[in-house]
Amino acid sequence: MDLDTLDIARWQFAITTVYHFLFVPITIGLSAMVAGYETAWLRTGNEQWLRLTKFFGKLFLINFALGLVTGIVQEFQFGMNWSDYSRFVGDVFGAPLAIEGLLAFFLESTFLGLWIFGWDRLPPKLHAATMWLVHIGTVLSAYFILAANSFMQNPVGYAFNPETGRAELTDFVAVLTNKVQLVTFPHTVAAAYMTGAAFVVGISVWHLVRGQGRDEGQDARMYRSAARTGAWVLLAASVAVTVSGDVQGKIMTEVQPMKMAAAEGLYETEQPAAFSILTIGSLDGSEESFAIKVPGLLSWLGSGSLDAEVRGIDDLREEYVETYGQDPGEAYYSAGDYTPVIPLTYWSFRLMIGLGMAGAAGAVAVLWATRRGRRLRSSRWVWLGVALPLMPLFANSFGWIFTEMGRQPWVVFGLMTTERGVSPGVSPAEALTSLLVLTALYGVLAVVELKLLLHYIVRGADAFEAPTQRDDDQDPDRPLAFAY
Amino acid sequence: MELTTIWFTLIAVLWIGYFALEGFDFGVGMLLPVLGHGERERRVLINTIGPVWDGNEVWVLVAGGATFAAFPEWYATLFSGFYLPLLLILLALIVRGVAFEYRAKRPEAQWKARWDAAIVVGSVVPALLWGVAFANIVRGVPIDADLEYAGGFFTLLTPYALLGGAMTLLLFLTHGAMFIALKTDGPIRHAARALALKVGVAAAVVAVAFLGWTQLETGNAASAALFLVAALALVAGLGAARAGREGWAFIGTFATIVLGVGGLFVALFPDVMPTTLAGGVGLTTTNAAATDYTLGIMTVVAVVFTPVVIGYQAWTYWVFRRRIAVHHIPEPVLAGTDA
Ligand code: HDD
Ligand code: HEM
Ligand code: HEM
Repeated sequence: MDLDTLDIARWQFAITTVYHFLFVPITIGLSAMVAGYETAWLRTGNEQWLRLTKFFGKLFLINFALGLVTGIVQEFQFGMNWSDYSRFVGDVFGAPLAIEGLLAFFLESTFLGLWIFGWDRLPPKLHAATMWLVHIGTVLSAYFILAANSFMQNPVGYAFNPETGRAELTDFVAVLTNKVQLVTFPHTVAAAYMTGAAFVVGISVWHLVRGQGRDEGQDARMYRSAARTGAWVLLAASVAVTVSGDVQGKIMTEVQPMKMAAAEGLYETEQPAAFSILTIGSLDGSEESFAIKVPGLLSWLGSGSLDAEVRGIDDLREEYVETYGQDPGEAYYSAGDYTPVIPLTYWSFRLMIGLGMAGAAGAVAVLWATRRGRRLRSSRWVWLGVALPLMPLFANSFGWIFTEMGRQPWVVFGLMTTERGVSPGVSPAEALTSLLVLTALYGVLAVVELKLLLHYIVRGADAFEAPTQRDDDQDPDRPLAFAY
Repeated sequence: MELTTIWFTLIAVLWIGYFALEGFDFGVGMLLPVLGHGERERRVLINTIGPVWDGNEVWVLVAGGATFAAFPEWYATLFSGFYLPLLLILLALIVRGVAFEYRAKRPEAQWKARWDAAIVVGSVVPALLWGVAFANIVRGVPIDADLEYAGGFFTLLTPYALLGGAMTLLLFLTHGAMFIALKTDGPIRHAARALALKVGVAAAVVAVAFLGWTQLETGNAASAALFLVAALALVAGLGAARAGREGWAFIGTFATIVLGVGGLFVALFPDVMPTTLAGGVGLTTTNAAATDYTLGIMTVVAVVFTPVVIGYQAWTYWVFRRRIAVHHIPEPVLAGTDA
């Protein structure tokens, strides 16, 4: 098999980023939930909120550790595997990345340290504030990294300098308020809230049926509160995801019409265009033998009107060839085939929406079944408990796979193809070493983290323990409230 | 001052901050099996850096990000050129970061022993390789006319570079031992101080050799002054440690790292990565830089936020200023955990 650095670098990017993004949405969503529970404890003095804070806080930390270390790989791999890309866009792309570090990563890491070790060192309100700051850090981080990504989807605020052969920043505000960014950010953050909330709901439901909360009593009341607060957050966030996703579809049709056509596998321009829930046919979608279609829905997604025209792949390919040319010799332009991998875009788009909506339906079911003090009686709820955290999580993965694969063959849309971004000086052997070692390590760490998570999930929340006094001088010899 | 010079300085500051801060937590990690006898002592050591190591590590992420933004060509050539060493550093930082978080999460002795090994390896490898990398940056590597690195992995392992690696390794060990002496109480504190004195002498010898070599090859008057003061700071720090002044001793090694790394950057300027290849093109603050527009925006952001970051990080150190001793570590919950 003839594997070149490009393929290897792509696999490494895909594996690292999708892996990183399993932990990221949990971190964003769960930090808000934990901070919310700690605030509820301070407001009401109800013990259950402190127990939930500590329980989900511990799970949060187990998850955070892996989000953090895979993030480091992200930061390095642009230079390692994509050096020509880095040379080309560094002027534009580097700035949000650096600002993300300065504004967000310092905030997250420092205040998380304070939260973990500060239980008996900080006044209670300040302690809760540190978790809110961690959460703010995660959201800031999302903003800047998504601004960088949005530039790749829809380059704005730059000028191409033929002398240096680089894209140069001309308007930073335009980069930060890219219209793609303005919808991608709410969509991604809301999707992260869905994920964090689903994590809480799933675990709580499991405990209500099988674990600590299966008998009437304090524990049952606690997990019920967690399940219901989580379900409300999940539901509210899914509304935000849907609304922002709808707007995204319109903007995407405008800036990357090929991606919209690829989402449906639509080869010929149609008016009005239907959206198929599923299709069975040839793998690249050029022939179908069976399909369930909703008439007009694709038109609606693309432009907000039920009978609008949606342009097909064949049309768009011709147009792209005209616009971007066929001359691969020209500096950062090359032609090739302008069609993304259709089965991947088609199915990832459906899985994103489907899994996410299934999560929202789960939230409705939990809210309904626990209304007015009702209990979850059937043991079949266990399955919902197990499946719920996974649904929005994988919806996130598929959302990214769709977004990034739908952009191909471009790494920066219209400016640079992925092929040209790769490091010319890195040999396939080097790249392969890195891919194999990192993937193996990710695999091992995934197993370790999953086992650890399950161990602590099954063990459940610890008994209530009143927070220790803060007064240092009273007993300088007492053990640390928290120690590694 | 030109914006490119300002950014060269800021990137130097970020790297200096990284080495001065993460330097001691690398040191603590490496000393885990040396100074930590038994589970509770090891936990004392880990808890001295528990609240701060992640914040320290972010300095390198920001240094990397800032290089990407301010000197894209430098970032591209450096990271794709030093591929395998950087991969090793990445692997080390990954296992080390997970180890701190996961080690305490299970009681089994074997579980802890494995993570301890991860902490040690994860601290030794970057402590050594960062020195090797910096020595190569200062002295230059083969870079061709397309600004691509033209050497291989072993090109980087010259005696000079290995000496640089030995220097950072020994300096971080000393720095870590000083930190432990400052932050703990009981027998560990005394053992750490004694060890700092011994390792410190070795560090001083190697540092003088490496910095002297650098001075002869690429130095200028300013770097000579910085190297000299760095050496004096190390001697003063060791003297303070002998006299039992642990605060001053730590400030001594801190200053050594700040001045020594600062001197390396001064010796490097205005290059950022010179070439050793005839017909090659070396990277300088001019030909590697981003546009003035980008640099200007980044300057505003850095000037406003860097002091804020330093402020809250310093506050964290203040919050956790108390010394830790074995009796502060909660008893192990399950039997059979004490090694
Ligand atoms: C999961 C989250 C995710 C995030 C946050 C990003 N991407 Fe992406 N990217 C992917 C998910 C992804 C992917 C799904 O993993 C792709 C699509 C196909 C592939 O191989 O990996 C990918 C591909 C991909 C490639 C390799 C070319 C390819 O094979 O498609 C590059 C160079 C980038 N992206 C660059 C970026 C940059 C610089 C980002 C920072 C803002 C970024 N992507 C954010
Ligand atoms: C592809 C580009 C990306 C790069 C280079 C990157 C880089 C990093 C780095 C270096 C860290 C570790 C920071 C620390 O030490 O605390 C990190 C963590 C994090 N990243 Fe990413 N990241 C990327 C994508 C994303 C995206 C798209 C988001 C959000 C939408 C995101 C959100 C986060 C969050 C919330 C954290 C902290 C929590 C955690 O580690 O789980 N990242 N990232
Ligand atoms: C009706 C529901 C939804 C619609 C219409 C929708 C629409 C979209 C569109 C059009 C994109 C691509 C944007 C682009 O490439 O320019 C996208 C991306 C994405 N979606 Fe969705 N989506 C929906 C539900 C969900 C759900 C439920 C989740 C996860 C819980 C999710 C997570 C993501 C993520 C993580 C991305 C990638 C980041 C981004 O570009 O925003 N989406 N979505």
